[in-house]
Amino acid sequence: MVAMSMICGVIFGLGLAISGMVNPAKVLAFLDVAGDWDPSLALVMGAALVPSFVAFRWLPSRPRPWLADRFELPAATVIDGRLLGGAALFGIGWGLVGLCPGPAIAALAYLKIESLIFLAALVGGIGLARLVPPAS
Amino acid sequence: MTGFTPVDALIGGGLIGLAVALLLAANGRVTGISGIVGGLIRPDKQGTAWRWVFLTGLVAGVALYRLAGGPLTDIEITTSPGILIAGGVLVGFGTQIGAGCTSGHGVCGIGRLSPRSMVATMVFMATAAIVVFAVRHGLGGG
Repeated sequence: MVAMSMICGVIFGLGLAISGMVNPAKVLAFLDVAGDWDPSLALVMGAALVPSFVAFRWLPSRPRPWLADRFELPAATVIDGRLLGGAALFGIGWGLVGLCPGPAIAALAYLKIESLIFLAALVGGIGLARLVPPAS
Repeated sequence: MTGFTPVDALIGGGLIGLAVALLLAANGRVTGISGIVGGLIRPDKQGTAWRWVFLTGLVAGVALYRLAGGPLTDIEITTSPGILIAGGVLVGFGTQIGAGCTSGHGVCGIGRLSPRSMVATMVFMATAAIVVFAVRHGLGGG
């Protein structure tokens, strides 16, 4: 299971690098719809959704995954203030810098102090979220 | 500025989707990076080893790309330190409260046709685009 995590992490990282999504400037160019718009991110997401859709369509009805006891899928279905507020705040931070959690970690391979600062703040933000009482 | 790179986008996106499918098939897990990171702080039965290993692999994948001479030789972060910190806190906080990020909601959630994830993705795409618009075109800039 751990070996498979490594393989999946490496494939995911390669995908972020090849697609250019590890570069915040490219992500911001996608979000800048009124500027010199770069639609690449939409194609990245579209291409990623094909294997994702097929996998989630067929695999969870199987008895179990290859290497684990069961499938661990999110159970929540409610669209509430937490979901909307959290997503809105995440988007604000994403728009300010151009880094979301995956690229924020993957970018460490470029050894830049800026991405280290961002990641430290991100971990701090996760800690802050732990202070908010969970939804009941 | 960056230009439209459709072929690289499709190849890279396909690899990301492949990683998502493999992690589900093998480990039964959703590849949501904010969830994987968040679980380091609140461990579950399967522990944190697979999470650390996955995140190490993520960095290793980019390192391999660089060693292989990939064309993206550097990344551009032009944000000032104060905004970097504010942005990082918002991304960390928001993804935990909203239970997902671009991978968890955007790729996995929409892939499994979750209405929650579709709504969340629309919301964070919209606020991100509004912020970029305000910073680049709205506040006396150009």
